[in-house]
Amino acid sequence: MNHTQGKLLTKESSIDPDEIINGGCSADLMSDVLAYIQPHAVLLTGLVNPQVVRTAQMADVAAIVFVRGKIPPEETIRLAEEAQIPLISSPLGMYELSGRLYQTGLPSLENAIEE
Amino acid sequence: MRDLDFNDQPPRFKGKVITDQLAGSITRVEELAYIIRIEEVMTKKLITVPPDASMQLVAELMRVKHISGVLVTKDEALVGLVSTEDLIKCLINGELSAPVSQYMSTELVTLNSFDFLTEALKTFARTGLGRLPVLDEQKKLAGIITKGDVTYGFLKALEHDYHEEEVRRYRASHLFEDIESDRTSLILRYVIKHYDFMHGGAASSNIKKALLRLGANPQLARRVGIAVYEAEMNLIIHTDHGGSIHVEIEPHQISIYAWDDGPGIADTEEAMKPGYSTASEEIRELGFGAGMGLYNISRCVDEMKLESELGKGTQLTMKVFLKEDETVGEGYQSEKE
Repeated sequence: MNHTQGKLLTKESSIDPDEIINGGCSADLMSDVLAYIQPHAVLLTGLVNPQVVRTAQMADVAAIVFVRGKIPPEETIRLAEEAQIPLISSPLGMYELSGRLYQTGLPSLENAIEE
Repeated sequence: MRDLDFNDQPPRFKGKVITDQLAGSITRVEELAYIIRIEEVMTKKLITVPPDASMQLVAELMRVKHISGVLVTKDEALVGLVSTEDLIKCLINGELSAPVSQYMSTELVTLNSFDFLTEALKTFARTGLGRLPVLDEQKKLAGIITKGDVTYGFLKALEHDYHEEEVRRYRASHLFEDIESDRTSLILRYVIKHYDFMHGGAASSNIKKALLRLGANPQLARRVGIAVYEAEMNLIIHTDHGGSIHVEIEPHQISIYAWDDGPGIADTEEAMKPGYSTASEEIRELGFGAGMGLYNISRCVDEMKLESELGKGTQLTMKVFLKEDETVGEGYQSEKE
């Protein structure tokens, strides 16, 4: 959480984003997320519409970080709270944040589904 | 008369720190404080002494019974209470042979057995006392209540709630076991509206939840969820009027049907290729239309059939087969990931 330099957008809950994350994946194309992400990843994205949360729900994403300081619409936040997926807004760019998280030891969870 | 004995706690809470998650049940506790009556949690087996008993006896009782207060009664009426503090005063004076009546507290705060726990909580907070005698409707001594009794009462009630939820889950995961037919299935139906991005994904989300509740393993629920989500987004993005999704759940297989009434796909073989897309720039901005949808579905399901006729509509059939030990609704619980 601290590495993103960001702020939590969803309500504080018992879910600690740092605890349930096994790795990361960066993407703006939701179809790519659905196709390639593995469970329990943090998703870095520039996309802010509610479909990001729906995608995360289907793909068992642990947390979502919006890059470049993007703030999602109310609807997205509401849906994320319902789905209990923490949302974070980070001022960093997608490339920089991906690099930083990777350096802290978070591996890439961007792989084909069953191979 | 006893304080909360930790070995006495229900197993769910035994040895556990109360986490945020448990604290999340606070509102339920508040509710319970207005449902549970004092008589339900108070201790009824009382250790009492008459006023003319010696302080020596009280000291012995406290030591042997591990209690920190003894009630004093005369002809079944409550006349006083000897607390640890009273005993200490007596010890300082070296008067263990003195009668109880000399050291007991007589100005007692009492509770009514028929009041709700909230009264007990308020009185504990107001007086700072750790134990309160409880009187029944005839004003006769009925029991004693400690903060520990209150906590224990709450824990027991919450445990009961928790158990009920477990039972509900258990029933869903065994749904198919008790129903006899040549072929039993559960059908979930959803209507998907064209361009309804606000609710897009709601059907898939509900289907995934239903499968988990039926005892599907998480990998299976994920595969079906992703396949249905892609199909759902296709109906929202690419149809004239939206369409329908039916999911038929049987213990050994899940069949998903998605269909619409147009416009239809010109070349279904071409549409199946990864990267092939007819989506507009607007759709791409939403993160979709990468041409991965149908290809993605084909990787998630075991069988897939795409039929379409231009001007008439498209029907997509998907099937997922379940292994012997991961059937749904037959008692194979979702394993925790």
